[in-house]
Amino acid sequence: MTYDERLQHVSVLGAAGKMGSGILLLTAIEMTDLSLKPENKGKPFVLNAIDVSDEALAGVMKYLRSQILKIAEKKVGVLRKIYADRVDLIENGEIIDQYLFEALSIVRTSTRIESAYDSTLVFEAIREDPQLKVSLFSQININNKKKPWFFTNTSSIPITMLDTEAGLGGRILGFHFYNPPAIQKLVEVIKSKRTLKEVEEFGLTYAKNLRKVVVPSHDVAGFIGNGHFMRDILYATSQVAVLSDTMTDVEAIFAINKISQEALIRPMGIFQLVDYVGVDVCSYIMSVMNSYSKKEKLYSPMLEQLLKAGIKGGQFSDGTQKDGILKYEKSRPVAIYDLKKKKYVPTEEIREKVDKKLGKMPVPPSWKSVVSNPENNRIFNTYFAELKKTASPGAKLAVSYMLRSRIIGQQLVADKVAFNDKDVNTVLLTGFFHAYGPINDYITLDH
Amino acid sequence: MKKLRRKVYMVAGYNTIAMGTGRKEFNPRKERPGLEEYIKEAGQGVLKKIGGAKNVDECVIGNFMASRFNKQANLAGFFPYIDKGLKYKPAVRVEGACCSGGLALITGMKSILAETADVVLVMGVEVQNSVKAIYGADILAGAGWFKERKKGHVYFFPGQFSNRAGAYYEKYGKDSTQQAFAKWYQNAIENARLCPTAQEYHNTTGDLMACGLTPPNGKSFVDNLNLYSCSKVSDGASAIAVVSEAGLKRIGIPKHQAIEVIGYGQVEEDLTQPPKDLTELSTTKQAISEALANAGITVKNLRTAEVHDCFSIAGVLAVEALGLARKGKGPDYILAGNTTRKGKTPINTTGGLIGWGHPTGATGVHQAVTILEQLTGNAGANQIDPDPKRPYGLTVNMGGDDKTLVAIVYKRG
Repeated sequence: MTYDERLQHVSVLGAAGKMGSGILLLTAIEMTDLSLKPENKGKPFVLNAIDVSDEALAGVMKYLRSQILKIAEKKVGVLRKIYADRVDLIENGEIIDQYLFEALSIVRTSTRIESAYDSTLVFEAIREDPQLKVSLFSQININNKKKPWFFTNTSSIPITMLDTEAGLGGRILGFHFYNPPAIQKLVEVIKSKRTLKEVEEFGLTYAKNLRKVVVPSHDVAGFIGNGHFMRDILYATSQVAVLSDTMTDVEAIFAINKISQEALIRPMGIFQLVDYVGVDVCSYIMSVMNSYSKKEKLYSPMLEQLLKAGIKGGQFSDGTQKDGILKYEKSRPVAIYDLKKKKYVPTEEIREKVDKKLGKMPVPPSWKSVVSNPENNRIFNTYFAELKKTASPGAKLAVSYMLRSRIIGQQLVADKVAFNDKDVNTVLLTGFFHAYGPINDYITLDH
Repeated sequence: MKKLRRKVYMVAGYNTIAMGTGRKEFNPRKERPGLEEYIKEAGQGVLKKIGGAKNVDECVIGNFMASRFNKQANLAGFFPYIDKGLKYKPAVRVEGACCSGGLALITGMKSILAETADVVLVMGVEVQNSVKAIYGADILAGAGWFKERKKGHVYFFPGQFSNRAGAYYEKYGKDSTQQAFAKWYQNAIENARLCPTAQEYHNTTGDLMACGLTPPNGKSFVDNLNLYSCSKVSDGASAIAVVSEAGLKRIGIPKHQAIEVIGYGQVEEDLTQPPKDLTELSTTKQAISEALANAGITVKNLRTAEVHDCFSIAGVLAVEALGLARKGKGPDYILAGNTTRKGKTPINTTGGLIGWGHPTGATGVHQAVTILEQLTGNAGANQIDPDPKRPYGLTVNMGGDDKTLVAIVYKRG
């Protein structure tokens, strides 16, 4: 079966979710482009968007429409060439509409898993529940005569386990997009012990066609991305506990969030990132990773307390941020949840006090100004040298946070999760939009 | 062409801001004034200077594609919206793509010459930021032959003029031509920075030459022109009063505050025919030479000119069509600084289409307003030194790819 044939009948499980809808979009575009190749003229292309809620699926169609429209507008030059023989399509507007129509006609929404029984490729982006994934995979595998290939978007569950338990015989590949899939460049690719060579090869071609950056990861729960992220969270929450000697929890959360964003020049603070992913999702990923971890306990009492209090974060279907550990106005954090008082405390009430406690800090460059600046290495050298020289509690906190992030990265290589330092850095740069990799020489242990 | 049988003046010009990217107040996501608000502002601007609507005999509005940009036709019906005093007065809308403004002026002048009117309110308008550029390109492509659209570029007109630039590079050398494009851009922006209504008034770019020399990228735009070689998408309206001697008296404005039209050339070329020579604007040249002959002067008598630089290549070719430089020598002429405010013949002194903006249907009228301001000493920060020996100005307004042309020669009144 050729690459094009493999992509003629595809299903996305969990298509209405945050990750699933992005994967659906990218796959719809790839399939539409294939369907427009002269040699594929007249061949049917079918993309099932499968999820449990009709309402959510209707929302996904709206999302697809708006996104495909933008994509078509961007590539109308190429489309004009593709539709060169269509005398009825003259203006850009007509060409864009035609492409939009063709892309949307490939997609069929469904709430029935049976729709996947005819697919040759199945993308899975349902919630991070090992048993649910196994049961869906085996159900499709038993009923589908085409011996389909399974691409799972799991960010934490070992692929070999899914392969074995669902009896897939190596027709599976870990294919972990980052959120949002349409924008983030990174895909972590993970093989099970038995993943077939042709499945992997297809995956790499597919990723290349989607213009993604591929980083291979060993099949260890959490892989590289969550391997770093979850431990980063654990370090952050442990520091909140440490700081509680000198400040309230709310102040400590504010301090750590600020340090991890501003002083470390990251796109968002650690607690904002937890909200972005979802407190519940982070907690779930941690528990999955913990169940495979022998030497280390991956558990955060703080996240559990937040969940008990009903604090979940995550996003609304239009992509705006729900309140979580932080409260948001126009996507900016404006308050912090106080677990004791069960209410949000405005950051303005504590900012001055916390800043005073953190003490003097060198002024960091903004993340935006350095993230794609080719000169940023020089800027980082100057800034971090300054940070190291600063003796304030805030600067010390920032330096130890940097060091911890570096150690986490190095440990991922030592534990044979990542193949090398560079891969760890690439994951943080392209999946988390960091401006520099965690394994760097700006701040090292001898400091 | 016959000499004008009656004196024709232009007076009391008014420009709205040329709105679009580059202006601080422009936000594509926020609701902006509609077509009728631009018409109203420009119209009232002129009426205020000429003693009100009661003094107006006829009205003309030039517009290219409101029918598609704004889903609005029958634009003459907006004159009474400007002022109730214009109700029941004769009004007409004219269209000739980006030359619609020029045609509006000519139509007004003909009413004066025909003695059906002594005061004509002439205006041009276009509001184009209503659609994304990718769809705007479709709309503007209407200035060409629709049967050519299918094989044209995504951005149809930039594609046409990119082909002209490519042919020019090949024939006369790429480096000096691109240098001249950059110099043209620099001059446009420097002049626009002096003019509060210009779209590039807020431009703060440091090295304009370097910016203008950005290599063209055929993958994201067109092969031979960068974005700085193109006029932007603009919303705006310009208006002016076209009057007879009796009209001047009626509105109570002295002659020295007016400019006199002493000649014009109005020329049309076959829309279905491709240009014979990509490195020449032959219809533009024809219009200019008719206008100069009609006025009885030569290009050497011109103190300043407003040319239709929808693209910098069109600016270079217009300099050659004017006869300021021989074919292939336009770039040298421009690089020597002759077209700058301190140069021999300053061109586009408020920024032209690239600097001031290009609300397509309004451009021809905007050009006349600029000449009016310059020759009467009312150009504010844009004022160039007057030259008593050369009290003349010229405007040349182009529709399509050198198809519909209006050139007008003016003298200080």
